[in-house]
Amino acid sequence: MKAFAVAPAPHIHAGRSVTRVMGHVLLALLPGVAAQLLFFGPGLLLQLALCLAFAAAFEAAVLRLRGKPLLPHLADLSAAVTAVLLALCLPPLAPWWVALAGMAAALLLGKHAYGGLGHNPFNPAMVGLAAVLLCFPREMAQWLSPLAPLSLSPSELFDAVLRGVPPPTLDTLSSATPLDTLRSLAHEGRTLAEIRRTPLFGNVGGKGWEWIAAAYALGGGYLLWRRVIRWQVPLGVIGASLLVSLPFWLSDPDTHPSPLLHLVCGGLMLAAFFVATDPVTGATTPRGRLLFGAGVGVLTLAIRRWGGFPDGVAFAVLLMNLAAPLLDRVGPPRPYGHRRAGAAP
Amino acid sequence: MLLQPFHGGVRLPPHKPGDAAPAPQSLPLPPELVHPLPPPGASGACAVTVGQRVRRGEMLAAAADARGAAVHAGSSGTVTAIAPRPVGDGEATCVVIATDGRDDSAPLPPLADWRELPRERLLERLAVAGVVGLGGAAFPAAAKLAAPGTILILNGAECEPWLRSDEALLCHGAVEVLAAAQLLAHLCRATRVLLALESRMHGARAALQAALAAPGAGGVELVAVPTRYPVGSERQLIRVLTGQEVPSGGLPRDLDASVHNVASAVAAWRAIVHGEALTERLVTLGGRGVRGAGVYRVRLGTPVAHLVAHAGGYTDAAARLVLGGPMMGQAVAHDAVPVLASTQAVLVLGADELRAAAPERACIRCGDCAAVCPAQLLPQTLLAQLREGELEAAAQQGLSDCIECGACAWVCPAQIPLVQLYRDGKSALQVQEDERARAAQARARHLARAARLARDAAERVARVAARAPATAPAAAQPAATAPATPAAAATTAAAPMDKAAVLAAIARGRARRQAAAPAGREDAP
Amino acid sequence: MTATLLAAALLLGLVALGLGALARRAGADVDLAARIDAVLPQTQCGQCNYPGCRPYAEALARGEADIDQCPPGGDAGAHALARLLGRVPKPVNPAHGTPGPRVVALIDETTCIGCTKCIQACPVDAIVGAPKLMHTVIAAECTGCELCLPPCPVDCITLVPRAADAAAVPTRSTA
Repeated sequence: MKAFAVAPAPHIHAGRSVTRVMGHVLLALLPGVAAQLLFFGPGLLLQLALCLAFAAAFEAAVLRLRGKPLLPHLADLSAAVTAVLLALCLPPLAPWWVALAGMAAALLLGKHAYGGLGHNPFNPAMVGLAAVLLCFPREMAQWLSPLAPLSLSPSELFDAVLRGVPPPTLDTLSSATPLDTLRSLAHEGRTLAEIRRTPLFGNVGGKGWEWIAAAYALGGGYLLWRRVIRWQVPLGVIGASLLVSLPFWLSDPDTHPSPLLHLVCGGLMLAAFFVATDPVTGATTPRGRLLFGAGVGVLTLAIRRWGGFPDGVAFAVLLMNLAAPLLDRVGPPRPYGHRRAGAAP
Repeated sequence: MLLQPFHGGVRLPPHKPGDAAPAPQSLPLPPELVHPLPPPGASGACAVTVGQRVRRGEMLAAAADARGAAVHAGSSGTVTAIAPRPVGDGEATCVVIATDGRDDSAPLPPLADWRELPRERLLERLAVAGVVGLGGAAFPAAAKLAAPGTILILNGAECEPWLRSDEALLCHGAVEVLAAAQLLAHLCRATRVLLALESRMHGARAALQAALAAPGAGGVELVAVPTRYPVGSERQLIRVLTGQEVPSGGLPRDLDASVHNVASAVAAWRAIVHGEALTERLVTLGGRGVRGAGVYRVRLGTPVAHLVAHAGGYTDAAARLVLGGPMMGQAVAHDAVPVLASTQAVLVLGADELRAAAPERACIRCGDCAAVCPAQLLPQTLLAQLREGELEAAAQQGLSDCIECGACAWVCPAQIPLVQLYRDGKSALQVQEDERARAAQARARHLARAARLARDAAERVARVAARAPATAPAAAQPAATAPATPAAAATTAAAPMDKAAVLAAIARGRARRQAAAPAGREDAP
Repeated sequence: MTATLLAAALLLGLVALGLGALARRAGADVDLAARIDAVLPQTQCGQCNYPGCRPYAEALARGEADIDQCPPGGDAGAHALARLLGRVPKPVNPAHGTPGPRVVALIDETTCIGCTKCIQACPVDAIVGAPKLMHTVIAAECTGCELCLPPCPVDCITLVPRAADAAAVPTRSTA
């Protein structure tokens, strides 16, 4: 007689794991990282290094405090994804304390205060981003001109980020983001056509930004192909943004940016494929996800148009995170063998 | 034929090389056969005694209730014990037969003219022969066939990985399957007969088509359904073939359909046409942990150890022994358990084939479980509700509609043992429902008692009033205080007796009796 | 603008207070008592200080009783009552008794004297017997309320754990 260990069915598994899922997300972010490095210089590498280091430190500290083993939990790579997403949203020359504050807010407030992975209602990367937007408005507004920072020397770069000393050539290097420009110039009364002719804008959207948006879309396509994300959230975000901005643009092309401009500027593409698709904080039913994505799109555009910030993605996502449980109750799927509510037998 | 999709499902690696299943191999008789008694498993229900000689097909015990079926001897020999033995992951009272190698049988009279016989006679034969479903659930066939159905579906869509028992039957016994189809169609009064196979079963399809071409055969539509687990589950199969859904809590007969596994059909046919009781079945042996993988013709009651030993024994990779398929099968602790009617396969899985022992993580609400659930449920919501102990909410979400196919657990990146949780939840729900039924019963009895006491009190008042008008006011007092509550009842009974005094009186009586009786005689209790 | 908002807020607040007062004034909701009774375990033991489950349910509906008075219902029962009535959940108050495993009464037939006092005490008529004849508890109907123990003059009734019900058939779908 031979003895065996027992376990409950099923005895086979697809081999998927949280680590693998997060790994795919990191892989899909690579084109976006590469495009941003190309246009805005190596500053992003420093931000990535800082964010990842702070992420590891905070995660390890909290796991220790909670008495949990370090390796299995760190290995789920969720903190790494949060770090990369936040680093992509920080200006390349932002001083190190911005990354620190952002990661602290993201992981301590946005994730571990609720019990860790799977228990947080708010997207951690967006909590971190919102926190630094509110606490460091000046540093966060200091973006660079596309292709300009290649003239920056490594020592100047290190000084800017690690010591907070801005480079002497900052005035020539820095510029606002295209959305910022749109907003301030529009307030000045310039028409859209005039704004579009300024050197900051390329053929489609902000110069450089259009390529970065395309890179995010490429990464998003990879995630869709690997079934890491499903089509409902990206379609919701992009579709709603297009649908909402179209009537405004058609009615007055001089004041309202075109739908395409909205799509490629700012973090909308990043949100559509990487941020709003966060499974833990979004809706979980297919219909709920569609509505969630649509809500993110609509709120982002609303904040861009009427709110106090040039880009509303962070706040839009956080607001929709609040609504996610309710969205799951809107039209849940009908179980097999049940009649649709109100239908005839 | 236009097929409908069913929601969800997963593509599993099949582990079924080649277009056709291998021909079933025979197995030498084991020295001992172990037959569990039908539920509830009381040894008093046994029709044989220890030491009795039995032949193959002889009835060992009749079915005690609607859940079970008659059990027959797998081969000729002597009954050596009727005792508890390990069965599956538990224990049951079994009839143990030491085989004599002669394999004498005791068949029932063949009913070759079944077309002329009344339905009841054929159904009775199936019950006597102990024919049960061979698709894994082992439900008595006679009970299932008692309800007629316009559409008869023969389920050959064996969708679990490794399992090829039904496929082997279709490839190498196609003629029998078609004959069985005609018999079942007659029993069900079906006007349409569909035989479903998976689209990957090319060999089986060819064999069936060849058999259909023969004169006399016919009336059976071959349908290839997409190879997607769990298309072989009867609810999903009905959806694919007819576009209709079996109502929640209902059965296929509610849709005027009847679904039977192909092996069950052949067993029914053998019972009627050849008078054979159910004593053997085809079992797939597979997995990296065993040599000689293939399909074997195994007598029911054969110990799994015998099957494995004959096939070539275990390999060094053997890590888990599973009775059934890898998705829904039961892991057992040792191989000294018998093959039953529900044992479609014996899998000895190697460590690399098993679900990786990865750490279970918190649910990340990815929703992939809902995407693959064939019952169209929200497993992630059920998980949250069951973890919080919200049984009612889970029941409302459709917990009892879960078919426990395991697709959700297969796909879960957080490695959560979802099916185990749902099974526990269903048991807890059942316990809760039982408690509620008991409470309702207690409430009914309490109300009935209150009514009885009120009625008695009223009758007492009436009696006293009718007897003597002078004593009416005094006698009305106790009637007015007719107790309707337990506390009141206790107090209106006679005044509480002095317990010490009563116990002392009993002791005195006992002592007196002992003194009167001759020494040594016991007090009658 | 501000004035309008303040006025609207004040008005709504008044309406809310009014509705709340009206709801509190209304007598015990009969339907509510029935719904509460459906959740109670029907042991009819009186440990809640009410003569039976229905009187307790009615007291709860009137707002006179608290949700932690029923030991046979256990903490789960108290929780269910809290959910039903919209109150803060709390565990069973030990002053009323401690929740424990289900028990049934067992009469020691060698000692029973056939006095029928326990039969009269049982709130669900779960004891079978007649004067001077043997008394027996029908285990399936006994709720474990323990009301038969005090009246017995010979202390022949004990409480034993309730036997598990017939093994449930494991729930598996018909494949």
